[in-house]
Amino acid sequence: MAKSIDVTDLDIYYGDFKAVEDVNVTIPAKQVTAFIGPSGCGKSTFLRALNRMHEVIPGAYVDGKVLVDGQDLYAVEVDPVAVRRQVGMVFQRPNPFPTMSIYENVIAGMRLNNKKMKKSEADDVVESALRAADLWGEVNERLARPGSGLSGGQQQRLCIARAIAVQPQVLLMDEPCSALDPISTSAIEDLIHELKANYTIVIVTHNMQQAARVSDDTAFFNLVGTGKPGRLIEFGETRKIFSNPDEKATEDYISGRFG
Amino acid sequence: MTPPTQTLKQRPGADGPRGSGPLNTQDQALHTRTLPRFAPLGLLAAATAVSVGISLALGWNRAAMVVVAAILYLVAINLVSRSVENGRRATDRTVTGLVTIAFLIALLPLTTLLYTVLSNGLGALSGEFFSASMRNIIGEGGGIYHAIWGTLIVTGLATLMSVPIGVFTAIYLVEYGKGALARWITFLVDVMTGIPSIVAGLFAYALFVLFLGPGVRSGFGGAVALSVLMVPVVVRATEEMLKLVPNELREASYALGVPRWRTIVKVVLRTASAGIATGVTLAVARVIGETAPLLVIAGSTDSVNFNPFDGRMATLPVFTFYAYSEPGVPAEFSVERAWGAALVLILIVLVLNLIARLISRAYSPKTGR
Repeated sequence: MAKSIDVTDLDIYYGDFKAVEDVNVTIPAKQVTAFIGPSGCGKSTFLRALNRMHEVIPGAYVDGKVLVDGQDLYAVEVDPVAVRRQVGMVFQRPNPFPTMSIYENVIAGMRLNNKKMKKSEADDVVESALRAADLWGEVNERLARPGSGLSGGQQQRLCIARAIAVQPQVLLMDEPCSALDPISTSAIEDLIHELKANYTIVIVTHNMQQAARVSDDTAFFNLVGTGKPGRLIEFGETRKIFSNPDEKATEDYISGRFG
Repeated sequence: MTPPTQTLKQRPGADGPRGSGPLNTQDQALHTRTLPRFAPLGLLAAATAVSVGISLALGWNRAAMVVVAAILYLVAINLVSRSVENGRRATDRTVTGLVTIAFLIALLPLTTLLYTVLSNGLGALSGEFFSASMRNIIGEGGGIYHAIWGTLIVTGLATLMSVPIGVFTAIYLVEYGKGALARWITFLVDVMTGIPSIVAGLFAYALFVLFLGPGVRSGFGGAVALSVLMVPVVVRATEEMLKLVPNELREASYALGVPRWRTIVKVVLRTASAGIATGVTLAVARVIGETAPLLVIAGSTDSVNFNPFDGRMATLPVFTFYAYSEPGVPAEFSVERAWGAALVLILIVLVLNLIARLISRAYSPKTGR
């Protein structure tokens, strides 16, 4: 069920400001693709453009094509809500719903959309999502407790469980480990490895080792200059990008000689 | 009267630097001489004693005695602390004293008001007081049954009208409103907050005269007048609560493929519901004691009237006003009923506040493991 994403000539604007320019890339299905690059280069903006989450910000719009399995996300008749049901997202800071229990958080995607389901069905969804997010063993005794009572790493895995409970085809992760300690980070990285069997995963990270560890392909974004839009500089297999990149800028950034 | 910060700052025993043997300078710098724990209370007792002495000698009244005692205490604690401890501690103790005094002054009208209403009104409360109206009553007896119902009906209707309008306006302002329209609404809500309550009453009266002719009186008109006062309070309270809901929760919901209106209803409103309930209760408490607009449009009657759309309707504040200002002869029974009605009004507000607390506890975001 996982799908690939084809992006052609994508420009992203915030009002008059062009944030990202001329991105052409194909993100393969059932693989992990990492976006790396300095702050402000448009990685997160580009990631959000992949499920139209940037539209939440007033004045943001895109120009270009994003095809998920041949369907253009930005075609006129496409409903952004439907897009987000197919392309899930995990955010930088864990954001479980504070009014809901762990159980309710996992099935929030169904409950909030008033999807009718039997109790046994809901139980199954919760258990399989929590198992997939590698959290079941830690929380199965206390599903009725509030989700905000978990540790930061557990909350982030709860958010991943919530995202995969609605069975998206693509999972976007915006620096999912930047607020977590190394042990929780490693748990989430293991999880990403397991998830890629079923999902197409795109992850933004500032951690070069993490990109090298978890991803199959890597895209390097960079700013051409201050006030100019970010660009996709290089895209390729992670092994190649980290050992023998084509571009000088990529090599500088990866080896820490940047700026 | 003990300043609350003191327990944090002091250790028992004012021996100055403790420990014997060679101390390096850094270690010494950490120890300062402190006043013993009982010092502020002792000084306060001394200041009071001096003040009582002066007042008795010069024949001052009790108010002057309290003021002089407070000033003497502030001066004394400052000087003593400055000589024993240091300048920073002296300032701290003086300001602690000032803040405590300000707190007591703020408490004074509240406690005396409660005391006055309780002592005057408790005697009026009886079975008959709660179960009888004032129909055919002259002198002793009678009750506020009709006024309690009137207040509940008028305020209830006002709440039913104001809460949807207020909450929807706030949702528009926070979730959708951009540009000129939102700015104008905010401005008008601010202006509405400042409308004098009598003007709201006149507005409602003028409105109903248009439809029903001059001399119209009805409980519903009173509810309209009260909601003019209530809407801006509800808008403001709800707006603040909605703004407190973190954007991350909205994004989390959108990212699950939840449409915007469902996100607002099930995530934003749900998360803010405790605060909104509190805001609504405060708005109700604000209008339930309004007298002037109800005087104009709801009027007053001695009989029970359950129909808000027809005829005068008694309410507790208006009842209190008339019972006190036009008591008839003999006056004492009516005046006692006025105090009793005032007490019942305060009790209703108290119960409303308790209910708001319970709602807010039940709905507030859960924490804990």
